[in-house]
Amino acid sequence: MTVVAKGSGFGRRQLAAFGLLTVAVLAVCAVFAPWLSPLDPLAIDPPARLTPPGADHWFGTDHYGRDTFSRVIHGSRMAALIGLGVVSIALGGGIAFGVTSAIFPRLGLLLMRVIDVLMAFPALLLALALIVILGRGVENSILAIGVVYMTTTARIVYGVSLRLKAEAWVDAALAMGAGTFRIVFLHILPNLMSPLFVQASFVFAFAQLQAASLDFLGLGVPPETPTWGNMLSESRVYITRAPWLLLFPGLMIALAAFSLNLVGDAVRDRLDPRLQAAFSSRGRL
Amino acid sequence: MIRYLIRRIGVFLPTLLAASFLIFAFIRLIPGDPAAVMLGDMATPEAVAALRIEMGLEKSLLEQYVIWLSAATRGDLGESIFFQVPVLELIADGLETSLLLALISMIWIVAIGLPIGMLAAASRGSWLDQTLSGMAMFLASVPTFWIGLYLILIFAATLGWLPSSGYPSIFEEGGLGNLRYLLLPSLALAAPNAALIIRLTRASMLDVYREDYVRTARSKGIHPLAVVVRHVFRNALLTVVSAVGFTVAALISEAVVTETVFSLPGVGRMVVQSILRRDYPVIQGTILMIVLLYLTINLIVDILYAWLDPRVKLQ
Repeated sequence: MTVVAKGSGFGRRQLAAFGLLTVAVLAVCAVFAPWLSPLDPLAIDPPARLTPPGADHWFGTDHYGRDTFSRVIHGSRMAALIGLGVVSIALGGGIAFGVTSAIFPRLGLLLMRVIDVLMAFPALLLALALIVILGRGVENSILAIGVVYMTTTARIVYGVSLRLKAEAWVDAALAMGAGTFRIVFLHILPNLMSPLFVQASFVFAFAQLQAASLDFLGLGVPPETPTWGNMLSESRVYITRAPWLLLFPGLMIALAAFSLNLVGDAVRDRLDPRLQAAFSSRGRL
Repeated sequence: MIRYLIRRIGVFLPTLLAASFLIFAFIRLIPGDPAAVMLGDMATPEAVAALRIEMGLEKSLLEQYVIWLSAATRGDLGESIFFQVPVLELIADGLETSLLLALISMIWIVAIGLPIGMLAAASRGSWLDQTLSGMAMFLASVPTFWIGLYLILIFAATLGWLPSSGYPSIFEEGGLGNLRYLLLPSLALAAPNAALIIRLTRASMLDVYREDYVRTARSKGIHPLAVVVRHVFRNALLTVVSAVGFTVAALISEAVVTETVFSLPGVGRMVVQSILRRDYPVIQGTILMIVLLYLTINLIVDILYAWLDPRVKLQ
């Protein structure tokens, strides 16, 4: 691809680089949080409550005097954990559903109808219904959001697998006596890798927004855990007295989702422009 | 068109039926006796036993579902455990707020998203296009409730121009002026979705410029402006219709959060509050209503789309 369409080259490349860099920084924060944060994110310090940003507390303190900077850094841990968990469930389930449906058309028709029914629920509503059954908590948030994005992933995998199944090389393999197992592992799964990588980055981004919504509603991760959503939920009461409590966690959520979307977009455009129809960087909300 | 209509409704009804079964069944997936779960920890054994009979828990699951569904089609969604009033009444109370909120947001989305998207497409590749597209992309990644909290901080708490919470009905004192209570919530709800429409409009406009029929029209010597009005505008209309389709699910999801941020007495906030109160009949009823509404809007959007774009029927 030497011919680059006008306006799609330079700016986009910079945006993609920005996205990648931000994701990398957030990943470093998540891994090294205990060493990077200057104070214990849970340490209560009543005399220092609602201190504005300054030399002692870069991002200020909350209503218990806890250091916002340390809490924001630690928040990236839960964000990463939830993102990874949701992506694993969404992709694992999506591949299982999608590939099985493509290989066994009769069963596939039924399975895809099940997926359609799950997609009859707007995303957050489906997640909330699952939380009602499972109860709140970290694992349950991951499971609930994972199931939501499993539906879209299954749909994409199903579509791509069907297209792959119709390719000449699969016919050739079948003619040579290749079994179903061989077809799946040698011809379908390797070709699913690039669309799935794109899907993974979008799902990771959506998971951030959905998890933050669940936390904000008081139905996600337990309130004492420092997550960006929980921090925003607590900041509501102090919105005029301590606006910094609103700024930093929200900015982190937006930055995480934005940069992951940028990475997904860039990879998608680079790998296969034809895939654009199958994805959108907002997808299912 | 008729065949498309029949086929599309043929998808709608089974999906609705299957979704309603899931909504019916989910109370039974919660560990424990469904009747005890429904009534909560404070319930007396007599009350639980009475509810067991009322819910028909001795009957088969399918029988229970048929009884529940036929009651639901008659508008009987059970009674709220917390408020002791019929669930349908609660939903009816919240519907005005939620529908108006969605409607005003949709107006914002189209009024902001469509012109900016067209502008970006018209100036394709320029710094203006890049700035607008970049901003749209960022906005699409921002949580609705964060925007909402900032709107409250700026326009309600600091400037004092608009109310920060609640919504009195337009049929009560204040009349249409009460709509100002929905101004900030609808903006918060619209922002990320308008961003999506900007991108959608831009992409679809660029596609239209490349279409054969636009080239043909131009080569026939039709005035460029006439081409835009006749072909490009029609497609803009298509974009609006698909925009409604695309954003409806997001609007519903995000309305749940927005109504909570602004303490609006809508159906979305009712879902959250009844989950926190473990008021299961209300959770069931509201989710059923929302799914029904969502599927119906999707049905209407698809039919409208097929009507506006004859190519859809051929597929």
